[in-house]
Amino acid sequence: MNWLADTLTSSIGKKWLMALTGLSFCVFLFTHLAGNLTLYGGRAAFNAYAEQLHSLGALLLVAELGLLLFALIHVVTGLTLFLQNLKARPVRYQVNKSGGGRTIGSATMPYTGLLLLLFVVFHLINFSFVDKTGTTIYDIVTQAFADPLYVLLYVAAMIVAAIHVSHGLWSAFQTIGANHLKYMPAIRILSILFALVVACGFGFLPIYLLISA
Amino acid sequence: MSTQHLNLTLKVWRQKGPADKGRFDTLQVRDISPDMSFLEMLDVVNEQLTLEGKAPIAFDHDCREGICGMCGAVVNGRPHGALKGTTLCQLHMRHFENGDVIAIEPFRAMAFKVIKDLAVDRSAFDQIIQAGGYISVNAGGAADANAIPVPQDRAELAMDAAQCIGCGACVAACPNASAMLFVSAKLSQMALLPQGRPEAARRAIAMVRAMDRMGFGNCSNETECEAECPKEINITNIARLNREYFKAGFGSAVK
Repeated sequence: MNWLADTLTSSIGKKWLMALTGLSFCVFLFTHLAGNLTLYGGRAAFNAYAEQLHSLGALLLVAELGLLLFALIHVVTGLTLFLQNLKARPVRYQVNKSGGGRTIGSATMPYTGLLLLLFVVFHLINFSFVDKTGTTIYDIVTQAFADPLYVLLYVAAMIVAAIHVSHGLWSAFQTIGANHLKYMPAIRILSILFALVVACGFGFLPIYLLISA
Repeated sequence: MSTQHLNLTLKVWRQKGPADKGRFDTLQVRDISPDMSFLEMLDVVNEQLTLEGKAPIAFDHDCREGICGMCGAVVNGRPHGALKGTTLCQLHMRHFENGDVIAIEPFRAMAFKVIKDLAVDRSAFDQIIQAGGYISVNAGGAADANAIPVPQDRAELAMDAAQCIGCGACVAACPNASAMLFVSAKLSQMALLPQGRPEAARRAIAMVRAMDRMGFGNCSNETECEAECPKEINITNIARLNREYFKAGFGSAVK
């Protein structure tokens, strides 16, 4: 199996790992957002959604472990790529100008990525690894977002996430080799749209909860 | 277009050798014709430096027609200067204004060592080509020209990739100092043609491994390479390299 290790640890292999795990996270974001939209339905709707999700039992555990594994791959590979890329240019340019290829998303990928990692840990401590005896997840969420500081933090995190996926989505297609002169413009537009969906979809929820609190 | 001669301030990277730390030197240059190429301007500067008893600026150049891939430096932060689709030798001084301050640096990457001043060692590219950037043709009578049919659009794509002159501007422009555009062009010109298919898997693996061994960075799809390439090589070639490497890695018997 030496060939497999050689292939996956090569520069392109590492990029595939980033692309495949990254695309999976995009799918996850989409389903997570769909679930969260039940918050607009009020206490009953959101708690029913949470209950339904937890009734999946072992299936949910498998999905969570899968996400954890993918997160580990994405973070470790991403950091490796970041450090290797720093090493690849030991003497930096004195005058640095873009030829017009870079975007805010592409230029900040490692940084937005690390911020998102911090956010995910914070988010899990907030809403996942929290004592839920005698209360419901709806109450925990609405209590949290009654605090403007939380709202600000979450909205900021969603803007960071949007910047990250605005480059990540189309970049993943390019990396797995799905670049075609006919479809690429559409994929690039899709990335921007998806970034907007993430920013607005997730971002408005805390604001809505703050206003309605 | 101005016909007025230019007086310029150059901030040139001077480095005595690979071990030297290097620094910027500021030079005043007077009376530069706008019809000169950037390299001819450097020739004039070098004459002036030589007359003053100073060491001339070492820079790479050869054909001065934009087709050999030898020249190149980073001018005001842009490889081959700001003009699109142009090598440094084809960049003319009419694109500059009188009184401009021009910063000139060598292409910077771990895989490209500075030999002296602006001259860099790009033999890492040669090693990638040696690893697999060729097709094996057995000796014998010349094959019939049209024995293997090639669709016109395929031939065009292969020719687009074959335009790469191997100057290294893609590496210089890449925020990660990645050589993916170069490698993808050199692989694509063969992968697209039937003559290149028999060795496609071996070539993809060998070239990517050589690229990684040389210490180039990893592609993160910043697309700066495409923007700065003097031959305007498209990043669809990089996607093709990714596909070819996948096919070679998982679909072929090559280890």
